[in-house]
Amino acid sequence: MANGTVLEAVDQTLEVKRRPPLDVVYEWVSTVDHKKIGLMYIVYALIFLVIGGLEAVVMRIQLAVPNNHFVSPQVFNRLFTMHGTTMVFFVGMPILFGFGNYLVPLMIGARDMAFPRLNAFSFWISAFGGFLLYFSYLGGDGLYGMGSAPDVGWFAYAPLTAKVFSPGHSTDYWTLAILLSGIGSTGTALNIVTTTICMRCKGMKLSRMPLFVWLMVVASGIVFVAVSPLTAAQIMLTIDRYLGGHFFDTQAGGSAVLWMHFFWIFGHPEVYILVLPAFGFVNEIIPVFSRKAVFGYPAMVAASVGIGFISLSVWAHHMFTVGMGPAGNTFFVFATMVISVPTGIKIFNWLATLWGGKIIFKVPMMFCIAFLFQFLVAGLTGIMLSAAPFNWQLSASYFVVAHFHYVLVGAIVTALFGAFYYWYPKVTGRMMSESLGKWHFWLFIIGFHLTFDFMHVPGLLGMPRRIYTYEAGRGWEWWNLIVGIGALFQVAGILCFVYNLVRSYFRGEIAGHDPWDAWTLEWATPSPPPAYNFAVEPTVSSRRPLWDLKHPEDQDFNYE
Amino acid sequence: MAFNYSRLGDNRFVQSPTTIFDPAATPARSAFGLSMLVLSITLAIFLIVAGLLLYALIRFRQRPADSKREPAQIYGSNQIELSWTVIPILIVVMLFLSTTRIILETEAAPKPSGALDVTVIGHQFWWEYRYAGLGVVTANELHVPISDPAKPTPTYLEMSSADTDHSFWVPRLAGKMDLIPNRLNTMWIDPQTPGLYLGQCAQYCGVQHAKMLLRVYAQSPEDFAAWIKQQRQSASQDLSGNAAAAEGQTVFMHSACINCHAIAGTVATGRFGPDLTHLASRDTIAAGPVENTPENLRKWIADPNSMKPGVLMPSMHLNDHDLDVITAYLTTLH
Amino acid sequence: MMQTTSTIPIDAQVEPPWKLPSRGIVGMMCLILAESAIFLIFVVAYIYYIGKSLSGPLPAQVLDLPILGTICLLSSSFTVHHAVSALRKNNIGGCTLGLAGTVLLGAIFLMTTAREWYHLIHDFGLTIRTNLFGTTFYSLVGLHATHVVIGVTMLTAALALSLSGRVKEKHAERLEVLSLYWHFVDGVWVVVFLVVYVLGR
Repeated sequence: MANGTVLEAVDQTLEVKRRPPLDVVYEWVSTVDHKKIGLMYIVYALIFLVIGGLEAVVMRIQLAVPNNHFVSPQVFNRLFTMHGTTMVFFVGMPILFGFGNYLVPLMIGARDMAFPRLNAFSFWISAFGGFLLYFSYLGGDGLYGMGSAPDVGWFAYAPLTAKVFSPGHSTDYWTLAILLSGIGSTGTALNIVTTTICMRCKGMKLSRMPLFVWLMVVASGIVFVAVSPLTAAQIMLTIDRYLGGHFFDTQAGGSAVLWMHFFWIFGHPEVYILVLPAFGFVNEIIPVFSRKAVFGYPAMVAASVGIGFISLSVWAHHMFTVGMGPAGNTFFVFATMVISVPTGIKIFNWLATLWGGKIIFKVPMMFCIAFLFQFLVAGLTGIMLSAAPFNWQLSASYFVVAHFHYVLVGAIVTALFGAFYYWYPKVTGRMMSESLGKWHFWLFIIGFHLTFDFMHVPGLLGMPRRIYTYEAGRGWEWWNLIVGIGALFQVAGILCFVYNLVRSYFRGEIAGHDPWDAWTLEWATPSPPPAYNFAVEPTVSSRRPLWDLKHPEDQDFNYE
Repeated sequence: MAFNYSRLGDNRFVQSPTTIFDPAATPARSAFGLSMLVLSITLAIFLIVAGLLLYALIRFRQRPADSKREPAQIYGSNQIELSWTVIPILIVVMLFLSTTRIILETEAAPKPSGALDVTVIGHQFWWEYRYAGLGVVTANELHVPISDPAKPTPTYLEMSSADTDHSFWVPRLAGKMDLIPNRLNTMWIDPQTPGLYLGQCAQYCGVQHAKMLLRVYAQSPEDFAAWIKQQRQSASQDLSGNAAAAEGQTVFMHSACINCHAIAGTVATGRFGPDLTHLASRDTIAAGPVENTPENLRKWIADPNSMKPGVLMPSMHLNDHDLDVITAYLTTLH
Repeated sequence: MMQTTSTIPIDAQVEPPWKLPSRGIVGMMCLILAESAIFLIFVVAYIYYIGKSLSGPLPAQVLDLPILGTICLLSSSFTVHHAVSALRKNNIGGCTLGLAGTVLLGAIFLMTTAREWYHLIHDFGLTIRTNLFGTTFYSLVGLHATHVVIGVTMLTAALALSLSGRVKEKHAERLEVLSLYWHFVDGVWVVVFLVVYVLGR
């Protein structure tokens, strides 16, 4: 109940006196507080989102008409390499683990992560990796000035990455940047798993954790077994490039396909590392805005864990065209199709959560609804691609590019936007503007669909990916133009979003501790939470402790 | 009445020489059939699930009147979970079996005795074709005989690469197959209608990946035999009627061109670049993007980078006269 | 209305006592899982390239079973285990002895590896760039040796602390975490030994 001293603490948190800038900088640079570290990850990722987005816009301008000369092939090849590498490693990973960092301790009633200094170290080493990748523009020149930023594609197939085909240091910047960010990701994953297992508040059995926490744990588990193969492969690549090794040296009997296996053993689980936290956001937001508990919590947990395990067995569906033979192809077709079952279960459970509820169309929920439709489409085009003979036509074409952007942008980024609007009040104490949010939503969604719905068509008409220009007369022109126009709408949407973020910080409506009438522990703290999170360590008896508090006549623990 | 999906190729919105919806050979046709099945199933799933979603959003939206009470909290149902686990599993099994059948049909098909063997070697940024049994070496434009389903004469392509990874994709004929160094991959095509089939390299191989185009000429057996006969001949040595060409030949044979290019019957035996023995018989140069005319040829030799930036052929820094005579010589190589 | 976490209702049913695993142990298990994945990839590369070298010295020609090193390394798992259990019983002397033994055995292992490499390089001319065998052998064994070096360093630090009397019974769990790492390094050696010196020859 209302407590005078606690109210004062809330007021004080919102009216901090201005401090000397150097003090503030020092505080942030030396912090080990999971909330500050989480925020640094998020801001850092947003900066790279803008950079990566600009890279994409330049590419779309170049491809808007056939035989265009907006940029040279060398520049274009660097752009698609940097765009992919930036978006996966320096936007996707940091932003999702940033949210995880901020929310997981709060959701399980802990005061911080298990290893706060490791947490800080992980952030700074990842940040350095991002810096290194872009430093390549300055430092990548090698022999004959061949260098600059990497241009080998974000998956850097061998032997294109061998010293003979990629002289200079550009490939090495790619390798090192990702290696360092991989160490950071592993550290954060270690923190999340250890915190979840060892620091839950009293009564919070694993079966009572918010689904977001479950999904972060599964994603972290995948990090351990998926990021390491990439680290190993990159060490091997560096040994090839600098110590004369032959891991991927086809002239000495080495195998280019081995790199592909190692890369995709990382690369496929990687996309699940990215998508599972997005599922987590949706799992938290949809119940609150349907005013209903999530349907089938145990099934959701089982499906998430199942997806985690199966994701480790499907990697060679990226390699259907390398000639693995019918046995290999068939196995990976099967594994890939199987993963659609737990994924479908999740979609159906979300549908069942909405069913019979009282749906409130505020901005966080609007983004989650868009997520549902878009993720459904993305999953279905994935099933199409899992049919190997169909894949033989469509792999390495714009159909695949459209498919994975549907997942990355249509599902993950969309869910992320929802998460921003949902948790911003908790982090800053102020609400984001609902009307600006709606502008953001519609501009972005229209742009998204203009770009990525129509992008499937050039793929079906034979357009491969990673080409800096294309012949006229293949029927690709109009589609590429529409795709480019959609990009501009998305830029407009993002501008609204960034403006909203900044403006709301100063002028947003004061949020209070629980603006959405939600049920998990983070909403029991002031907004923003104090450094120690909880004045009194909570004890819980159900999955929705605040529901129990607000509904004493109908407590969850009677049903669970 | 079954809908004739292949007529999608006539649709002006999807009209394209490289569409997957207009198969002209068996592998492409099998893939097309499977893709129609998969498309139908996924479309049905989409309509059902999206329909239910849309319905739920409309029917269960919060109305201002009763925003105070929370709805009934339903935590789950084992029967429902079971049903929407079992039904997808059944769909997956069905899809998997259909897919496996097509995989075997394409990859494990027995090789007919009338098959033609061609070795394809991918290079940065051109295609080398060797018809081993027929003694023909050419580049960038692949000629194959059409295949009669009653007595099949498909072309089997044995593929590898001399440098980085490439991929052979001519959508109307077949799905793609990668060309990987130190590895031999095989695919087959059996176009049934004569014509020109287009495609391009589909695995990023370096700077000029975008302009490594594919041109497959499917010819009647007679036309194909005639083409083979012409390609087997060495380069014409009799240039007496053409002074410029004769001088061009001399200049060519004394310059660095012979280190990279081969012209059968001369001292030029380089293999780094395309075989030029029958250069003038090709429709395009530079692996597809440039039409084979004397003006283009001259421009190409003068400075390949101006037409295909990043190509591995250097500018030969020839003076105007040498450029003229070499072009004259090369245009005699039919 | 302000709610604090102290007012969350609790189900009257009695919950069992709340005891969660130790952070150090869980953290180390996660690290071991990640490191195992790295080693697995190097082992897979080694196995994949068995018999595929185009030239140069082959395993059967140049490799001898590293008996001494293996015995030392595997025994060191026992000594470090002894150190941990001694510390649990507040036997600081026993702990110091165990740590010293472990460091010694680890150092001997490293010396046998160095000797083997010297022999391979100078007598057979096998380096990392010689052929596929050289590349995969030196990287796999080298990666393992690097981990041994890290382990020996940490153990030496623990030994120094123990000798200066700074290690107490309450540190037993921390020492156990370090010993887990060391057991992992030993476990990897068993795999490397079987793959390189038994299977690959």
